[in-house]
Amino acid sequence: MEVNVTTQGDVTIVDLSGDIDGRTSPQAQSVISANLSDGVKLLLNMTQVPYMSSAGLRMLLLVYRQIIAKQGKVVLVGLSEDLQDTMAATGFLDHFDTFGTVEDGITHLNA
Amino acid sequence: MEIERIDIYPTHEHRGYKLRPGKPYPFGATIVNGGVNFSVFSKHASYCTLVLFDKGASEPKVEIPFRGMFERPETKEPFWGDFRIGAVYSMVVFDLDPEEIEYGFRMDAPYDSAKKGEPGFHRFDHGNILLDPYAKSIGGREVWGEQPDWNDIYQHRARIVQDDFDWEDDRPLEIPMEDLVIYEAHVRSFTRHESSGVRFPGTFAGLREKIPYLKELGINCLELMPIYEFDEFENSRESPITGETLMNYWGYSTVGFFAPKAGFAAMGKSKDGTMVADELKNLIKELHLNGIEVILDVVFNHTAEGNEFGPTISFRGIDNVTYYMLTPEGYYYNFSGTGNTLNCNNPVVRGIVLDCLRYWASEFHIDGFRFDLAAILGRDQNGAPLPNPPLLEILAHDPILAKCKLIAEAWDAGGLYQVGSFPAYGRWAEWNGKYRDAIRQYLKGDMGLIGEMSQRLQGSPDLYSSRGTTASINFITCHDGFTLYDTVSYNDKHNDANGEGGADGANDNNSWNCGWEGETDDPAINALRKKQIKNAFAMLLTSQGVPMMLMGDEVARTKYGNNNTYCQDNDLNWLDWEKFKKHEDLYRFVRNCIAFRHEHYVLRNRWHLRNEDYVGSGYPDISWHGTTPWQPDWDGTSRLLAFMLCGKHARGGTEVDNYIYVATNMHWEGHEFGLPMLPDGMQWHVFANTGMPSPDDIASPGHEPRLEDQSRFFVGDRSVVILVGK
Repeated sequence: MEVNVTTQGDVTIVDLSGDIDGRTSPQAQSVISANLSDGVKLLLNMTQVPYMSSAGLRMLLLVYRQIIAKQGKVVLVGLSEDLQDTMAATGFLDHFDTFGTVEDGITHLNA
Repeated sequence: MEIERIDIYPTHEHRGYKLRPGKPYPFGATIVNGGVNFSVFSKHASYCTLVLFDKGASEPKVEIPFRGMFERPETKEPFWGDFRIGAVYSMVVFDLDPEEIEYGFRMDAPYDSAKKGEPGFHRFDHGNILLDPYAKSIGGREVWGEQPDWNDIYQHRARIVQDDFDWEDDRPLEIPMEDLVIYEAHVRSFTRHESSGVRFPGTFAGLREKIPYLKELGINCLELMPIYEFDEFENSRESPITGETLMNYWGYSTVGFFAPKAGFAAMGKSKDGTMVADELKNLIKELHLNGIEVILDVVFNHTAEGNEFGPTISFRGIDNVTYYMLTPEGYYYNFSGTGNTLNCNNPVVRGIVLDCLRYWASEFHIDGFRFDLAAILGRDQNGAPLPNPPLLEILAHDPILAKCKLIAEAWDAGGLYQVGSFPAYGRWAEWNGKYRDAIRQYLKGDMGLIGEMSQRLQGSPDLYSSRGTTASINFITCHDGFTLYDTVSYNDKHNDANGEGGADGANDNNSWNCGWEGETDDPAINALRKKQIKNAFAMLLTSQGVPMMLMGDEVARTKYGNNNTYCQDNDLNWLDWEKFKKHEDLYRFVRNCIAFRHEHYVLRNRWHLRNEDYVGSGYPDISWHGTTPWQPDWDGTSRLLAFMLCGKHARGGTEVDNYIYVATNMHWEGHEFGLPMLPDGMQWHVFANTGMPSPDDIASPGHEPRLEDQSRFFVGDRSVVILVGK
């Protein structure tokens, strides 16, 4: 699992790469949490994430709650069809705006 | 800054696994700081190990004894340890990834254990790996119908679940019982048919996609046929007719009481028990958001372990004499008709039933439970009916279940029939089998039913005088028996497809085929059948008590005369959504009848009507009429009955509603009914007349056309008319 953080304007972009499961989600979460300031605009790029377990889904929801608490915004970008299905069936998708490309995600965050 | 717990450090070690004595409560596997707490009861075992697998692995990764020699983590010095309190074995294993493991137990005892096929009291077998009775997720059958690996030494594999689903502000809806309209459905049957058009047919997620349909229909309670983990391959065999695999399709045979059926989840294939649970919780949350309660059909009368010849999955290998009712010779009692009988009034078994229901009520926000063959829950450990069954009393008074609906199927396969006499403790309702029988007989034109019909339409005060109307779950059809369409299309069952020589299923169908057995092109017969279905719904939805309808009856679902489709994974059970197009008029009729019921308090009284005027309206709360108003024909040859509900008596006079008049004519000739006079200023309006073709068969509630001749109404042959006085 790799987590890379970059910024584009005032949008924080987190590129996740690899499976997010019980083993890797604590690492992803700690990196993401360290980058959450008040009013953060966060883009999670999931293009390179083939699989998420229930621990991965929980990590995303925790991040979402943290961002809401900081009056921030978050979008998910590049979810595979499988991950979309998983998140829809389990209800996690209801909390997120999702986009196909990083550009669309940034546009939404800046809107 | 959180203060760390001091019990997060291991005290024991076994083959590199760090351990600590566990907590006996709660039973099952619980995620704790740093590890997992495992706890299991056995009164008679003297030997128990925890068997851990990597998920899906054929061989265990380790077996850890609950008592024996361990090492001290720091020094590796050997010492004796015993992780047992009372009859409960419990330990914490540290550093496990709950997502990645499966677990079971191995038990043994110094008793003679019965061999397969032989009677006996103990069935300990060191060779078996046993499923935790408290398993919250069970693998091994996670994709419906996928052939399991029959050589697997552990067929039904316990998994660990995260219980932190984000319910937000959801809670059980607590809709008053008298306001419910229940829809009985099977998760897979509801959307498995390709015509459903959902993304994941036959699953919890698929059902969630169809919530708008249920909402539009107007039901506010969904009763799901069994969703506890079961084995669809139990007793599976080839159909002698079609060659298809016949299955344990309905699922009335529990493998694990705490685990949702993984094969009902789109997420089952992920082998992630938490996702399966999340998918079901997400469905329930969404149903609640749409004002629909969820009742589970729960099977506590027997398990999937069968009789002396059955498989050892869990209970019988853990403590056979505790969990099952046994004859003095050690055979399984068979009050369930399926091989064994759960020993429900053993105190330990009472405990697991209570824990199970509390778990579903609190963890899954379930609104109520319907107990399959519930009469068994009132039998003692030798099978004799108890006058004051402790299990039923405990459930009725439990704090967590305090607002849950409790509904009994008040009979069992051992001949105990308790409709009207089920021990209720002010809580229990019953599937009213007598309602079903009377309405069906009346519907097909039998004589001698007017007196009984007056009771059934009033919520069966003859059966439930002290319990009120809500003790009566009124139904004409349910999963057992014919669909409503088949009730008006078949005189006899046609069960050959079940592979039992047509002998299975009930024979007392009280059905009438309207002149031809089965499908026909005859428009007159088809029109009569549709009218009869409307008659049935009109009576069901204007009866006092709690109406329950069967999935698909609103669109004339057929099982082609099969009245026991427990084993059919095909069109005999699947709802064909194309039917909706063909029977839109029927759907509209049912939808409007349901909306009408929701609109009128006077149809939904909590307590029985008194047949007298106690508010000074000049009308009794309910009055009975024949072709001449105020003169019902109670004669044994009559097939007509009308009743009027006084709007000023709605809910004991606490609500004001319209007057409602319902005329039922099950005679094959039309009759003119003189109408009772309404109070000054009110006039009769026509809500429904099943004798008219659609769309004139029914109005939208609140938009009923005024009746021209206020003094009489011609009710056609085999028809029901509903008028509103306002």
